[in-house]
Amino acid sequence: MDLLDDPQPGQNMPEFTVSEISGEVKRALETSFGRIRVRGEVGRVFQARSGHLYYDIKDDRNVLACTTWKGQVASLSVVPEEGLEVVVTGRLTAFGAQSKYNLNVDEVAVAGQGALMALLEKRKKALESEGLFAPERKRPLPYLPQIIGVITSPQGAVIRDILHRLRDRFPRKVLIWPVAVQGANCAPEVARAIDGFNRLTHGGALPRPDLLIVARGGGSIEDLWGFNEEIVARAAAASQIPLISAVGHETDTTLIDFVSDRRAPTPTAAAEMAVPVRLELLAWTGEQGARLSRAASDAVQRRAQRLRDLSRALPTGESLFSVPRQRFDRVADKLDGALVTGVQRRRLRLAELSAPLRPSSLRALVTARRDRLAHLGSRLSPRALDREIAAQGDRLTRLSDRLQAAQTTRVDRLRQRLDATDRLRETLGYKATLARGYAVVRDDQGTLLTTRAEAAKATALQIEFADGTLDTSGAPTKSASKPKQKPPEQGSLF
Amino acid sequence: MTETPVDQMSFEQAMKELETVVGQLERGDVALDQSIALYERGAALKKRCEDELKRAEEKVAAITLDSNGQPTGTKPVEGL
Repeated sequence: MDLLDDPQPGQNMPEFTVSEISGEVKRALETSFGRIRVRGEVGRVFQARSGHLYYDIKDDRNVLACTTWKGQVASLSVVPEEGLEVVVTGRLTAFGAQSKYNLNVDEVAVAGQGALMALLEKRKKALESEGLFAPERKRPLPYLPQIIGVITSPQGAVIRDILHRLRDRFPRKVLIWPVAVQGANCAPEVARAIDGFNRLTHGGALPRPDLLIVARGGGSIEDLWGFNEEIVARAAAASQIPLISAVGHETDTTLIDFVSDRRAPTPTAAAEMAVPVRLELLAWTGEQGARLSRAASDAVQRRAQRLRDLSRALPTGESLFSVPRQRFDRVADKLDGALVTGVQRRRLRLAELSAPLRPSSLRALVTARRDRLAHLGSRLSPRALDREIAAQGDRLTRLSDRLQAAQTTRVDRLRQRLDATDRLRETLGYKATLARGYAVVRDDQGTLLTTRAEAAKATALQIEFADGTLDTSGAPTKSASKPKQKPPEQGSLF
Repeated sequence: MTETPVDQMSFEQAMKELETVVGQLERGDVALDQSIALYERGAALKKRCEDELKRAEEKVAAITLDSNGQPTGTKPVEGL
Protein backbone atom coordinates (compact mmCIF):
# COMPACT_ATOMS: atom_id res chain seq x y z
CA MET A 1 0.00 0.00 0.00
CA ASP A 2 1.49 3.19 -1.13
CA LEU A 3 1.28 6.21 0.93
CA LEU A 4 1.16 8.41 -2.14
CA ASP A 5 -0.75 7.86 -5.34
CA ASP A 6 1.89 6.96 -7.78
CA PRO A 7 0.51 5.98 -11.11
CA GLN A 8 2.25 2.93 -12.41
CA PRO A 9 2.50 2.18 -16.13
CA GLY A 10 0.10 -0.53 -17.13
CA GLN A 11 -2.58 0.42 -14.68
CA ASN A 12 -5.80 0.97 -16.63
CA MET A 13 -8.19 1.95 -13.83
CA PRO A 14 -9.66 5.28 -14.89
CA GLU A 15 -9.66 8.11 -12.45
CA PHE A 16 -12.62 10.53 -12.06
CA THR A 17 -13.03 13.76 -10.39
CA VAL A 18 -16.09 13.92 -8.03
CA SER A 19 -17.94 16.09 -10.45
CA GLU A 20 -17.12 13.74 -13.30
CA ILE A 21 -18.44 10.69 -11.50
CA SER A 22 -21.49 12.62 -10.21
CA GLY A 23 -22.23 13.63 -13.77
CA GLU A 24 -21.75 10.06 -14.96
CA VAL A 25 -24.07 8.67 -12.31
CA LYS A 26 -26.70 11.30 -13.06
CA ARG A 27 -26.52 10.58 -16.77
CA ALA A 28 -26.63 6.84 -16.19
CA LEU A 29 -29.71 7.16 -13.95
CA GLU A 30 -31.50 9.41 -16.35
CA THR A 31 -30.79 7.43 -19.49
CA SER A 32 -31.16 3.92 -18.22
CA PHE A 33 -34.49 4.48 -16.43
CA GLY A 34 -36.08 7.27 -18.40
CA ARG A 35 -39.64 8.16 -17.36
CA ILE A 36 -40.96 5.67 -14.85
CA ARG A 37 -43.97 5.02 -12.60
CA VAL A 38 -43.43 4.13 -8.98
CA ARG A 39 -46.09 2.96 -6.57
CA GLY A 40 -45.78 3.57 -2.86
CA GLU A 41 -47.13 5.29 0.20
CA VAL A 42 -46.42 8.95 0.68
CA GLY A 43 -44.14 9.58 3.62
CA ARG A 44 -43.35 12.95 5.10
CA VAL A 45 -44.19 15.91 2.84
CA PHE A 46 -42.36 19.23 2.95
CA GLN A 47 -43.13 22.26 0.86
CA ALA A 48 -40.18 24.66 0.81
CA ARG A 49 -40.69 28.36 0.92
CA SER A 50 -39.48 28.45 -2.66
CA GLY A 51 -42.61 26.48 -3.61
CA HIS A 52 -40.80 23.26 -4.40
CA LEU A 53 -42.35 20.15 -2.93
CA TYR A 54 -40.17 17.49 -1.29
CA TYR A 55 -41.60 14.19 -0.16
CA ASP A 56 -40.85 10.49 0.19
CA ILE A 57 -42.48 7.48 -1.36
CA LYS A 58 -41.92 4.36 0.68
CA ASP A 59 -42.73 0.72 0.99
CA ASP A 60 -42.05 -1.46 4.01
CA ARG A 61 -38.29 -1.52 3.49
CA ASN A 62 -37.07 1.38 1.36
CA VAL A 63 -37.61 5.05 0.78
CA LEU A 64 -37.46 7.00 -2.50
CA ALA A 65 -36.94 10.75 -2.27
CA CYS A 66 -39.23 12.69 -4.60
CA THR A 67 -39.25 16.31 -5.70
CA THR A 68 -41.81 18.32 -7.62
CA TRP A 69 -40.67 21.75 -8.69
CA LYS A 70 -42.76 24.79 -8.07
CA GLY A 71 -43.82 25.03 -11.70
CA GLN A 72 -44.91 21.42 -11.73
CA VAL A 73 -46.95 21.51 -8.48
CA ALA A 74 -49.88 23.35 -10.02
CA SER A 75 -50.39 20.67 -12.64
CA LEU A 76 -50.50 17.78 -10.18
CA SER A 77 -53.97 16.30 -10.13
CA VAL A 78 -53.41 15.05 -6.59
CA VAL A 79 -51.21 16.83 -4.10
CA PRO A 80 -49.37 14.13 -2.17
CA GLU A 81 -50.47 13.73 1.42
CA GLU A 82 -48.81 11.61 4.04
CA GLY A 83 -50.24 8.13 4.15
CA LEU A 84 -51.78 8.30 0.70
CA GLU A 85 -51.16 5.32 -1.57
CA VAL A 86 -50.05 6.80 -4.87
CA VAL A 87 -48.50 6.08 -8.20
CA VAL A 88 -46.01 8.80 -9.08
CA THR A 89 -44.65 9.39 -12.55
CA GLY A 90 -41.34 11.13 -13.28
CA ARG A 91 -37.69 10.87 -14.10
CA LEU A 92 -35.01 9.46 -11.84
CA THR A 93 -32.12 11.80 -11.36
CA ALA A 94 -29.26 12.47 -9.01
CA PHE A 95 -28.27 15.45 -6.91
CA GLY A 96 -24.49 15.45 -6.99
CA ALA A 97 -24.08 18.04 -4.27
CA GLN A 98 -25.45 15.61 -1.73
CA SER A 99 -24.65 12.33 -3.42
CA LYS A 100 -28.31 11.56 -3.51
CA TYR A 101 -30.68 10.38 -6.11
CA ASN A 102 -34.37 11.18 -6.33
CA LEU A 103 -37.38 11.04 -8.54
CA ASN A 104 -38.55 14.25 -10.13
CA VAL A 105 -42.33 13.71 -10.10
CA ASP A 106 -44.57 15.52 -12.54
CA GLU A 107 -47.71 13.51 -11.95
CA VAL A 108 -49.28 11.97 -8.89
CA ALA A 109 -52.22 9.61 -9.07
CA VAL A 110 -53.99 7.93 -6.23
CA ALA A 111 -53.30 4.22 -6.36
CA GLY A 112 -56.75 2.85 -7.06
CA GLN A 113 -60.26 3.75 -5.85
CA GLY A 114 -59.76 2.13 -2.49
CA ALA A 115 -56.93 4.52 -1.71
CA LEU A 116 -58.97 7.49 -2.95
CA MET A 117 -61.94 6.58 -0.78
CA ALA A 118 -59.62 6.10 2.20
CA LEU A 119 -58.28 9.60 1.60
CA LEU A 120 -61.78 11.03 1.34
CA GLU A 121 -62.79 9.31 4.57
CA LYS A 122 -59.80 10.76 6.31
CA ARG A 123 -60.65 14.29 5.17
CA LYS A 124 -64.26 13.86 6.15
CA LYS A 125 -63.28 12.81 9.63
CA ALA A 126 -60.93 15.75 9.98
CA LEU A 127 -63.51 18.32 8.87
CA GLU A 128 -66.28 16.71 10.85
CA SER A 129 -64.19 16.83 13.98
CA GLU A 130 -63.87 20.57 13.40
CA GLY A 131 -67.65 20.81 13.43
CA LEU A 132 -67.96 21.95 9.83
CA PHE A 133 -70.74 19.43 9.11
CA ALA A 134 -72.85 20.43 12.12
CA PRO A 135 -76.53 20.85 11.27
CA GLU A 136 -76.68 24.13 13.20
CA ARG A 137 -74.17 25.63 10.76
CA LYS A 138 -76.62 25.18 7.91
CA ARG A 139 -78.38 28.40 7.02
CA PRO A 140 -81.83 28.55 5.48
CA LEU A 141 -81.95 29.44 1.81
CA PRO A 142 -83.63 32.74 0.92
CA TYR A 143 -87.20 32.18 -0.13
CA LEU A 144 -86.84 34.20 -3.29
CA PRO A 145 -83.24 35.12 -4.10
CA GLN A 146 -82.75 38.20 -6.23
CA ILE A 147 -79.43 37.16 -7.71
CA ILE A 148 -78.14 33.62 -7.95
CA GLY A 149 -74.43 33.00 -8.31
CA VAL A 150 -73.64 29.80 -10.17
CA ILE A 151 -70.16 28.33 -9.96
CA THR A 152 -69.70 25.85 -12.78
CA SER A 153 -68.34 25.42 -16.27
CA PRO A 154 -69.82 28.00 -18.66
CA GLN A 155 -70.18 25.28 -21.25
CA GLY A 156 -72.07 22.08 -21.11
CA ALA A 157 -75.37 20.72 -19.97
CA VAL A 158 -75.13 21.73 -16.31
CA ILE A 159 -75.52 25.47 -16.66
CA ARG A 160 -78.14 24.92 -19.36
CA ASP A 161 -80.16 22.67 -17.06
CA ILE A 162 -80.00 25.16 -14.25
CA LEU A 163 -80.99 28.15 -16.38
CA HIS A 164 -83.74 26.16 -18.03
CA ARG A 165 -85.28 25.12 -14.74
CA LEU A 166 -84.94 28.61 -13.30
CA ARG A 167 -86.71 29.99 -16.35
CA ASP A 168 -89.54 27.51 -15.86
CA ARG A 169 -89.98 28.30 -12.24
CA PHE A 170 -89.01 31.87 -11.64
CA PRO A 171 -86.69 33.78 -13.97
CA ARG A 172 -83.96 35.42 -11.92
CA LYS A 173 -80.72 37.25 -12.42
CA VAL A 174 -77.90 34.76 -12.67
CA LEU A 175 -74.19 35.42 -12.40
CA ILE A 176 -72.00 32.61 -13.69
CA TRP A 177 -68.49 32.29 -12.32
CA PRO A 178 -66.70 30.09 -14.84
CA VAL A 179 -64.45 27.41 -13.34
CA ALA A 180 -62.77 24.22 -14.41
CA VAL A 181 -64.89 21.40 -13.05
CA GLN A 182 -62.25 18.74 -13.28
CA GLY A 183 -58.52 18.43 -13.33
CA ALA A 184 -55.89 20.09 -11.28
CA ASN A 185 -57.36 23.60 -11.62
CA CYS A 186 -60.79 22.59 -10.45
CA ALA A 187 -60.34 22.85 -6.66
CA PRO A 188 -58.43 26.14 -6.56
CA GLU A 189 -60.78 27.78 -9.05
CA VAL A 190 -63.93 26.65 -7.29
CA ALA A 191 -62.54 27.75 -3.92
CA ARG A 192 -61.59 31.11 -5.36
CA ALA A 193 -65.02 31.53 -6.94
CA ILE A 194 -66.85 30.86 -3.66
CA ASP A 195 -64.56 33.26 -1.90
CA GLY A 196 -64.85 35.78 -4.76
CA PHE A 197 -68.65 35.86 -4.64
CA ASN A 198 -68.49 36.42 -0.88
CA ARG A 199 -66.12 39.32 -1.37
CA LEU A 200 -68.61 41.16 -3.57
CA THR A 201 -70.41 43.90 -1.69
CA HIS A 202 -73.97 45.08 -2.00
CA GLY A 203 -74.05 47.99 -4.36
CA GLY A 204 -70.59 47.21 -5.73
CA ALA A 205 -69.62 47.09 -9.40
CA LEU A 206 -70.66 43.43 -9.46
CA PRO A 207 -73.89 42.65 -7.64
CA ARG A 208 -73.56 40.24 -4.73
CA PRO A 209 -75.68 37.14 -5.11
CA ASP A 210 -77.89 36.06 -2.22
CA LEU A 211 -77.62 32.40 -3.13
CA LEU A 212 -74.78 30.29 -4.55
CA ILE A 213 -74.98 27.07 -6.51
CA VAL A 214 -71.84 25.00 -7.02
CA ALA A 215 -72.67 22.56 -9.79
CA ARG A 216 -71.08 19.86 -11.87
CA GLY A 217 -72.47 17.02 -13.91
CA GLY A 218 -71.83 13.36 -13.26
CA GLY A 219 -68.45 11.72 -13.74
CA SER A 220 -65.97 9.30 -12.31
CA ILE A 221 -64.61 9.74 -8.82
CA GLU A 222 -61.45 11.13 -10.33
CA ASP A 223 -63.46 13.62 -12.38
CA LEU A 224 -65.27 14.83 -9.28
CA TRP A 225 -62.17 14.76 -7.14
CA GLY A 226 -61.71 18.53 -7.14
CA PHE A 227 -64.89 18.82 -5.04
CA ASN A 228 -63.33 16.52 -2.46
CA GLU A 229 -60.44 18.87 -1.91
CA GLU A 230 -60.16 20.49 1.46
CA ILE A 231 -59.80 24.03 0.09
CA VAL A 232 -63.16 23.71 -1.66
CA ALA A 233 -64.86 22.33 1.44
CA ARG A 234 -63.36 25.06 3.62
CA ALA A 235 -64.36 27.80 1.18
CA ALA A 236 -67.92 26.46 1.12
CA ALA A 237 -68.00 26.28 4.90
CA ALA A 238 -66.75 29.86 5.18
CA SER A 239 -69.28 31.22 2.69
CA GLN A 240 -71.57 33.85 4.17
CA ILE A 241 -73.92 33.40 1.24
CA PRO A 242 -76.12 30.32 1.52
CA LEU A 243 -74.78 27.64 -0.78
CA ILE A 244 -76.32 24.70 -2.60
CA SER A 245 -73.97 21.98 -3.79
CA ALA A 246 -74.97 19.95 -6.81
CA VAL A 247 -72.04 17.81 -7.86
CA GLY A 248 -72.38 14.66 -9.90
CA HIS A 249 -75.36 12.39 -9.76
CA GLU A 250 -77.52 11.49 -6.85
CA THR A 251 -75.24 8.62 -5.83
CA ASP A 252 -72.10 10.72 -5.83
CA THR A 253 -71.29 12.40 -2.59
CA THR A 254 -68.37 14.75 -2.46
CA LEU A 255 -66.82 16.60 0.45
CA ILE A 256 -68.50 19.90 -0.47
CA ASP A 257 -71.91 18.24 -0.02
CA PHE A 258 -71.24 17.83 3.70
CA VAL A 259 -70.47 21.49 4.29
CA SER A 260 -72.95 23.12 1.93
CA ASP A 261 -76.21 24.47 3.35
CA ARG A 262 -78.25 22.22 1.03
CA ARG A 263 -77.19 19.34 -1.14
CA ALA A 264 -79.02 18.92 -4.41
CA PRO A 265 -78.85 15.52 -6.10
CA THR A 266 -78.62 17.14 -9.55
CA PRO A 267 -78.09 20.64 -10.97
CA THR A 268 -81.76 20.73 -11.99
CA ALA A 269 -82.77 19.95 -8.44
CA ALA A 270 -80.54 22.78 -7.27
CA ALA A 271 -82.52 25.22 -9.44
CA GLU A 272 -85.72 23.87 -7.90
CA MET A 273 -84.40 24.46 -4.42
CA ALA A 274 -83.26 27.93 -5.36
CA VAL A 275 -86.54 29.49 -6.39
CA PRO A 276 -90.25 28.90 -5.85
CA VAL A 277 -92.62 28.49 -8.78
CA ARG A 278 -93.70 31.92 -9.89
CA LEU A 279 -97.04 30.84 -11.34
CA GLU A 280 -97.93 29.07 -8.14
CA LEU A 281 -97.09 32.19 -6.20
CA LEU A 282 -99.14 34.30 -8.57
CA ALA A 283 -102.05 31.95 -8.06
CA TRP A 284 -101.46 32.01 -4.34
CA THR A 285 -101.34 35.78 -4.30
CA GLY A 286 -104.53 35.96 -6.31
CA GLU A 287 -106.18 33.57 -3.92
CA GLN A 288 -105.00 35.56 -0.93
CA GLY A 289 -106.40 38.68 -2.57
CA ALA A 290 -109.73 36.96 -3.09
CA ARG A 291 -109.75 35.72 0.47
CA LEU A 292 -108.85 39.18 1.65
CA SER A 293 -111.72 40.80 -0.21
CA ARG A 294 -114.10 38.06 0.84
CA ALA A 295 -113.04 38.30 4.44
CA ALA A 296 -113.40 42.07 4.41
CA SER A 297 -116.82 41.99 2.81
CA ASP A 298 -117.80 39.12 5.09
CA ALA A 299 -116.81 41.22 8.03
CA VAL A 300 -119.13 43.97 6.86
CA GLN A 301 -121.88 41.55 5.86
CA ARG A 302 -121.72 39.73 9.12
CA ARG A 303 -122.00 42.95 11.03
CA ALA A 304 -124.81 44.18 8.80
CA GLN A 305 -126.67 40.93 9.43
CA ARG A 306 -126.05 41.19 13.12
CA LEU A 307 -127.24 44.77 13.05
CA ARG A 308 -130.42 43.71 11.30
CA ASP A 309 -130.93 40.89 13.77
CA LEU A 310 -130.38 43.15 16.69
CA SER A 311 -132.58 45.89 15.35
CA ARG A 312 -135.36 43.34 14.87
CA ALA A 313 -134.94 42.28 18.42
CA LEU A 314 -134.96 45.89 19.56
CA PRO A 315 -138.48 46.63 20.97
CA THR A 316 -140.41 49.60 19.47
CA GLY A 317 -141.01 52.70 21.52
CA GLU A 318 -144.74 51.86 21.52
CA SER A 319 -144.19 48.42 22.97
CA LEU A 320 -141.73 49.73 25.52
CA PHE A 321 -144.39 52.04 26.92
CA SER A 322 -147.47 49.87 26.56
CA VAL A 323 -147.22 48.11 29.88
CA PRO A 324 -146.46 51.19 31.96
CA ARG A 325 -149.20 53.00 30.06
CA GLN A 326 -151.71 50.30 30.94
CA ARG A 327 -150.70 50.56 34.53
CA PHE A 328 -150.99 54.26 34.37
CA ASP A 329 -154.43 54.10 32.82
CA ARG A 330 -155.59 51.66 35.43
CA VAL A 331 -154.30 53.83 38.22
CA ALA A 332 -155.56 57.06 36.70
CA ASP A 333 -159.01 55.58 36.44
CA LYS A 334 -159.04 54.84 40.09
CA LEU A 335 -157.72 58.24 41.10
CA ASP A 336 -161.07 60.08 41.45
CA GLY A 337 -162.80 57.25 43.26
CA ALA A 338 -159.77 56.85 45.49
CA LEU A 339 -160.14 60.36 46.86
CA VAL A 340 -163.78 59.83 47.70
CA THR A 341 -163.06 56.46 49.21
CA GLY A 342 -160.20 57.89 51.23
CA VAL A 343 -162.36 60.64 52.65
CA GLN A 344 -165.11 58.16 53.43
CA ARG A 345 -162.74 55.84 55.13
CA ARG A 346 -161.38 58.62 57.26
CA ARG A 347 -164.85 59.85 58.07
CA LEU A 348 -165.79 56.38 59.21
CA ARG A 349 -162.77 56.24 61.43
CA LEU A 350 -163.57 59.66 62.86
CA ALA A 351 -167.02 58.48 63.64
CA GLU A 352 -165.65 55.39 65.33
CA LEU A 353 -163.27 57.42 67.40
CA SER A 354 -165.68 60.22 68.34
CA ALA A 355 -168.43 57.86 69.44
CA PRO A 356 -167.21 57.44 73.04
CA LEU A 357 -166.49 61.16 73.34
CA ARG A 358 -169.67 62.59 75.24
CA PRO A 359 -170.08 65.35 78.01
CA SER A 360 -171.70 62.89 80.41
CA SER A 361 -168.54 60.91 80.72
CA LEU A 362 -166.59 64.07 81.41
CA ARG A 363 -169.12 65.10 84.02
CA ALA A 364 -168.84 61.81 85.76
CA LEU A 365 -165.14 62.30 85.96
CA VAL A 366 -165.47 65.82 87.37
CA THR A 367 -167.97 64.61 89.98
CA ALA A 368 -165.67 61.87 91.07
CA ARG A 369 -162.80 64.27 91.50
CA ARG A 370 -164.94 66.77 93.35
CA ASP A 371 -166.08 64.10 95.81
CA ARG A 372 -162.57 63.22 96.54
CA LEU A 373 -161.66 66.89 97.09
CA ALA A 374 -164.55 67.33 99.50
CA HIS A 375 -163.53 64.27 101.43
CA LEU A 376 -159.98 65.42 101.78
CA GLY A 377 -161.02 69.04 102.59
CA SER A 378 -163.20 67.87 105.43
CA ARG A 379 -160.25 66.24 107.06
CA LEU A 380 -158.30 69.50 106.96
CA SER A 381 -159.08 71.51 110.39
CA PRO A 382 -156.95 73.98 112.57
CA ARG A 383 -157.62 72.19 115.95
CA ALA A 384 -154.63 70.01 115.72
CA LEU A 385 -152.43 73.03 115.07
CA ASP A 386 -153.90 75.00 118.03
CA ARG A 387 -153.18 72.13 120.32
CA GLU A 388 -149.65 72.01 119.26
CA ILE A 389 -149.14 75.77 119.68
CA ALA A 390 -150.52 75.70 123.23
CA ALA A 391 -148.28 72.83 124.21
CA GLN A 392 -145.21 74.53 122.89
CA GLY A 393 -146.20 77.87 124.59
CA ASP A 394 -146.35 76.15 128.00
CA ARG A 395 -143.04 74.63 127.52
CA LEU A 396 -141.53 78.00 126.62
CA THR A 397 -142.96 79.67 129.80
CA ARG A 398 -141.57 76.92 132.02
CA LEU A 399 -138.16 77.19 130.50
CA SER A 400 -138.01 81.03 130.80
CA ASP A 401 -139.03 80.84 134.50
CA ARG A 402 -136.27 78.41 135.17
CA LEU A 403 -133.84 80.64 133.38
CA GLN A 404 -134.87 83.69 135.43
CA ALA A 405 -134.50 81.86 138.73
CA ALA A 406 -131.13 80.51 137.79
CA GLN A 407 -129.92 83.98 136.87
CA THR A 408 -131.04 85.69 140.11
CA THR A 409 -129.45 83.10 142.31
CA ARG A 410 -126.18 83.41 140.50
CA VAL A 411 -126.06 87.25 140.77
CA ASP A 412 -126.75 87.15 144.57
CA ARG A 413 -124.05 84.66 145.18
CA LEU A 414 -121.51 86.69 143.18
CA ARG A 415 -122.46 89.95 145.12
CA GLN A 416 -121.94 88.26 148.51
CA ARG A 417 -118.56 87.00 147.32
CA LEU A 418 -117.63 90.49 146.12
CA ASP A 419 -118.54 92.11 149.46
CA ALA A 420 -116.52 89.60 151.40
CA THR A 421 -113.54 90.11 149.15
CA ASP A 422 -113.75 93.91 149.41
CA ARG A 423 -113.87 93.72 153.17
CA LEU A 424 -110.76 91.65 153.07
CA ARG A 425 -109.08 94.20 150.76
CA GLU A 426 -109.96 97.04 153.16
CA THR A 427 -108.36 95.19 155.99
CA LEU A 428 -105.20 94.39 154.16
CA GLY A 429 -104.63 97.77 152.25
CA TYR A 430 -102.18 100.50 153.29
CA LYS A 431 -105.16 102.88 154.06
CA ALA A 432 -105.95 100.90 157.07
CA THR A 433 -102.30 101.33 158.07
CA LEU A 434 -102.67 105.06 157.55
CA ALA A 435 -105.45 104.99 160.11
CA ARG A 436 -103.03 103.51 162.54
CA GLY A 437 -100.77 106.53 162.24
CA TYR A 438 -98.51 105.79 159.29
CA ALA A 439 -98.11 108.21 156.35
CA VAL A 440 -97.01 107.84 152.70
CA VAL A 441 -94.55 110.33 151.24
CA ARG A 442 -94.45 111.23 147.57
CA ASP A 443 -92.64 113.91 145.55
CA ASP A 444 -94.51 116.54 143.54
CA GLN A 445 -94.71 114.11 140.67
CA GLY A 446 -96.54 111.64 142.83
CA THR A 447 -93.59 109.25 142.91
CA LEU A 448 -93.37 107.20 146.13
CA LEU A 449 -90.37 108.12 148.20
CA THR A 450 -89.03 105.51 150.58
CA THR A 451 -85.72 106.99 151.68
CA ARG A 452 -84.63 110.12 153.25
CA ALA A 453 -82.14 110.80 150.43
CA GLU A 454 -84.88 110.81 147.91
CA ALA A 455 -87.02 113.06 150.04
CA ALA A 456 -84.15 115.48 150.45
CA LYS A 457 -83.81 115.80 146.66
CA ALA A 458 -87.51 116.45 146.08
CA THR A 459 -88.61 120.05 145.58
CA ALA A 460 -91.91 119.38 147.25
CA LEU A 461 -93.35 116.56 149.29
CA GLN A 462 -96.85 115.20 149.51
CA ILE A 463 -97.65 113.34 152.65
CA GLU A 464 -100.72 111.21 152.69
CA PHE A 465 -102.54 110.62 155.94
CA ALA A 466 -105.60 108.66 156.66
CA ASP A 467 -107.75 111.65 156.37
CA GLY A 468 -106.07 113.41 153.43
CA THR A 469 -102.82 114.56 151.85
CA LEU A 470 -100.63 117.31 153.14
CA ASP A 471 -98.66 119.24 150.50
CA THR A 472 -95.63 120.65 152.19
CA SER A 473 -94.82 123.14 149.48
CA GLY A 474 -98.16 124.92 149.51
CA ALA A 475 -101.81 124.61 149.80
CA PRO A 476 -103.43 121.27 150.61
CA THR A 477 -104.23 119.37 147.52
CA LYS A 478 -107.34 117.59 146.68
CA SER A 479 -108.57 114.77 148.75
CA ALA A 480 -106.88 111.50 148.83
CA SER A 481 -109.43 109.99 146.48
CA LYS A 482 -107.32 110.69 143.43
CA PRO A 483 -104.24 108.63 144.14
CA LYS A 484 -106.38 106.04 145.80
CA GLN A 485 -106.24 103.00 143.65
CA LYS A 486 -109.69 101.74 143.05
CA PRO A 487 -110.27 98.11 142.37
CA PRO A 488 -110.89 97.62 138.67
CA GLU A 489 -114.34 98.12 137.49
CA GLN A 490 -116.11 94.88 137.13
CA GLY A 491 -118.21 94.53 134.05
CA SER A 492 -121.79 93.62 134.42
CA LEU A 493 -122.70 90.16 133.56
CA PHE A 494 -125.70 91.38 131.73
CA MET B 1 -98.49 43.66 12.39
CA THR B 2 -94.84 44.48 12.06
CA GLU B 3 -93.71 48.04 11.65
CA THR B 4 -91.71 47.40 8.48
CA PRO B 5 -93.10 49.51 5.65
CA VAL B 6 -94.66 47.28 3.04
CA ASP B 7 -92.53 48.58 0.19
CA GLN B 8 -89.35 47.64 2.06
CA MET B 9 -90.42 44.09 2.76
CA SER B 10 -88.89 41.10 1.11
CA PHE B 11 -91.22 38.96 -0.93
CA GLU B 12 -91.23 36.34 1.77
CA GLN B 13 -92.01 38.82 4.54
CA ALA B 14 -94.83 40.28 2.50
CA MET B 15 -96.16 36.79 1.84
CA LYS B 16 -96.10 35.78 5.47
CA GLU B 17 -97.76 38.94 6.57
CA LEU B 18 -100.40 38.74 3.86
CA GLU B 19 -101.22 35.26 5.12
CA THR B 20 -101.50 36.58 8.67
CA VAL B 21 -103.71 39.46 7.63
CA VAL B 22 -106.03 37.22 5.64
CA GLY B 23 -106.20 34.80 8.55
CA GLN B 24 -107.06 37.57 11.00
CA LEU B 25 -109.74 38.96 8.75
CA GLU B 26 -111.23 35.54 8.13
CA ARG B 27 -111.41 34.77 11.81
CA GLY B 28 -113.50 37.88 12.07
CA ASP B 29 -112.40 38.69 15.60
CA VAL B 30 -111.14 42.18 14.84
CA ALA B 31 -113.07 45.38 15.26
CA LEU B 32 -114.66 46.79 12.13
CA ASP B 33 -112.49 49.89 11.87
CA GLN B 34 -109.43 47.75 12.48
CA SER B 35 -110.57 45.29 9.84
CA ILE B 36 -110.71 48.11 7.33
CA ALA B 37 -107.12 49.03 8.18
CA LEU B 38 -106.21 45.36 7.93
CA TYR B 39 -107.86 45.09 4.55
CA GLU B 40 -105.92 48.07 3.28
CA ARG B 41 -102.69 46.62 4.56
CA GLY B 42 -103.55 43.27 3.01
CA ALA B 43 -104.20 44.95 -0.33
CA ALA B 44 -100.84 46.72 -0.13
CA LEU B 45 -99.11 43.46 0.74
CA LYS B 46 -100.79 41.67 -2.13
CA LYS B 47 -99.69 44.40 -4.49
CA ARG B 48 -96.18 44.13 -3.12
CA CYS B 49 -96.19 40.36 -3.80
CA GLU B 50 -97.59 40.80 -7.28
CA ASP B 51 -95.08 43.48 -8.14
CA GLU B 52 -92.31 41.21 -7.01
CA LEU B 53 -93.71 38.35 -9.08
CA LYS B 54 -94.13 40.58 -12.12
CA ARG B 55 -90.56 41.74 -11.80
CA ALA B 56 -89.43 38.23 -12.66
CA GLU B 57 -86.87 38.71 -15.39
CA GLU B 58 -84.10 36.57 -16.59
CA LYS B 59 -80.73 38.12 -16.96
CA VAL B 60 -77.76 35.85 -17.24
CA ALA B 61 -74.21 37.12 -17.18
CA ALA B 62 -70.89 35.45 -16.79
CA ILE B 63 -68.11 36.94 -14.75
CA THR B 64 -64.93 37.70 -16.64
CA LEU B 65 -61.70 36.97 -14.86
CA ASP B 66 -58.20 38.29 -15.24
CA SER B 67 -55.14 36.12 -15.42
CA ASN B 68 -55.05 35.83 -11.62
CA GLY B 69 -58.61 34.60 -11.49
CA GLN B 70 -59.92 37.92 -10.08
CA PRO B 71 -63.25 39.16 -11.44
CA THR B 72 -63.01 42.09 -13.80
CA GLY B 73 -66.59 42.46 -15.00
CA THR B 74 -69.39 40.59 -16.68
CA LYS B 75 -70.33 39.67 -20.15
CA PRO B 76 -73.79 38.69 -21.25
CA VAL B 77 -74.41 35.03 -21.89
CA GLU B 78 -76.55 34.11 -24.85
CA GLY B 79 -77.97 30.92 -26.17
CA LEU B 80 -78.15 28.86 -23.02
